[in-house]
Amino acid sequence: MGLDKNQIAKRIAKEVKNGMYVNLGIGIPTLVANYIPEGVEVVLQSENGLLGMGPFPTEDKVDADLINAGKQTITTLPGSSIFSSAESFGMIRGEHVDLTILGAMEVSEQGDIANWKIPGKMVKGMGGAMDLVASAKNIIVAMQHTARDGSSKLLKECTLPITGLKCIKKIVTDLAVLEVTEDGFKLLERAPGVTVEDIQKATEGRLIVEGDIPEVQI
Amino acid sequence: MINKTVKNAQEALQGVQDSMTLMLGGFGLCGIPENSIQELLRLGVKDLTCISNNAGVDDFGIGLLLQKRQVRKMISSYVGENAEFERQLLSGELEVELIPQGTLAERIRAGGAGIPAFFTPAGYGTEVGEGKESREFNGKRYLMEEWLKADFSFVKAWKGDTAGNLIFKGTARNFNPMMAAAGKITVAEVEELVPAGELDPNMIHTPGIYVQRIFQGEKYEKRIEQRTVRTA
Repeated sequence: MGLDKNQIAKRIAKEVKNGMYVNLGIGIPTLVANYIPEGVEVVLQSENGLLGMGPFPTEDKVDADLINAGKQTITTLPGSSIFSSAESFGMIRGEHVDLTILGAMEVSEQGDIANWKIPGKMVKGMGGAMDLVASAKNIIVAMQHTARDGSSKLLKECTLPITGLKCIKKIVTDLAVLEVTEDGFKLLERAPGVTVEDIQKATEGRLIVEGDIPEVQI
Repeated sequence: MINKTVKNAQEALQGVQDSMTLMLGGFGLCGIPENSIQELLRLGVKDLTCISNNAGVDDFGIGLLLQKRQVRKMISSYVGENAEFERQLLSGELEVELIPQGTLAERIRAGGAGIPAFFTPAGYGTEVGEGKESREFNGKRYLMEEWLKADFSFVKAWKGDTAGNLIFKGTARNFNPMMAAAGKITVAEVEELVPAGELDPNMIHTPGIYVQRIFQGEKYEKRIEQRTVRTA
């Protein structure tokens, strides 16, 4: 029951439109690159200073001077450009990047996101997450609907330290696709085999259900 | 043309003392000043404040300085790859200030460009904003963030000339250009040092005005953190 990580990525890939500049976070968001439909041309931004991120290199093309924000070796593509970290976040804050896809630990019904710190655990840092969520025009979150103990991660208010306020527009979880509206989480689609009741039970924040909810098509 | 060349790392790091604030270029282990870090180890200077996006790994990069307890404070955006770092932080030996990556880059840029403060949306409404001035522009809240400067900046470039002009390669550029401008004394180490006139002025990323000392690094290991490949 529910979508696996690759299926979540595949569903999010449908939100990526021709001509977009897109920043993909670490984890499920990175997988989205594998499912961008044929004929859709996008430019991937890596916030350490690259536009036009290509696939992983073949063994003979590995270059220590060419990595992505996850510190993985990558390649450039025809038309790529390279710049400093200041320039990179300038284009993020300046809203030149069209779409940001990132993971989350919690999202609130107002669109607040928490994804950088768990009290009592070693704090690794926010990296570029706070800059991205504060400025992106359009942010889609990829996440699990509930924690391992079954508790909801789609909440009235975030309980973990906030990364950014009122910034999330759309969420794709293992159970559902939801839009964050002024009135709460609006249910758009449900995963195959998942009922509206299942989603209701797994959502602590206000869930808005209008009419028949179609199944996710992937 | 003013000649910025010094013989080696030893000469380049003259004047580095305990308790100084240092900037070190690099993102992860990509574009870090390997030779200057080795010389900092040899000098054994301590109580350093290090401004760098990351803190290296246990046995490479800034991780080496942490191992020898030379760092009192790290100012970074992400420090997740280093177990010794974690141990020192939890035991209180090490202080850390975490800054959103874009804010870190801009604070360094501001330091080099003579801008004492600026407003950014990053971190508003989070613990990063606690105690900071905020203001509204066009209906959105922004935090005031101040410039960062350093006693010494250590940057690493691909090519440089004797006038201090630098060209970076790939994503090894990252924080290096801003740090070059924000250091009172900037030490640039390069893989290839050429006489002034050999680099095309149109291709220079960092003008030599920001660089006080330049040398060709003895060797570069260029360790890779996440070697990811595809089959051909």
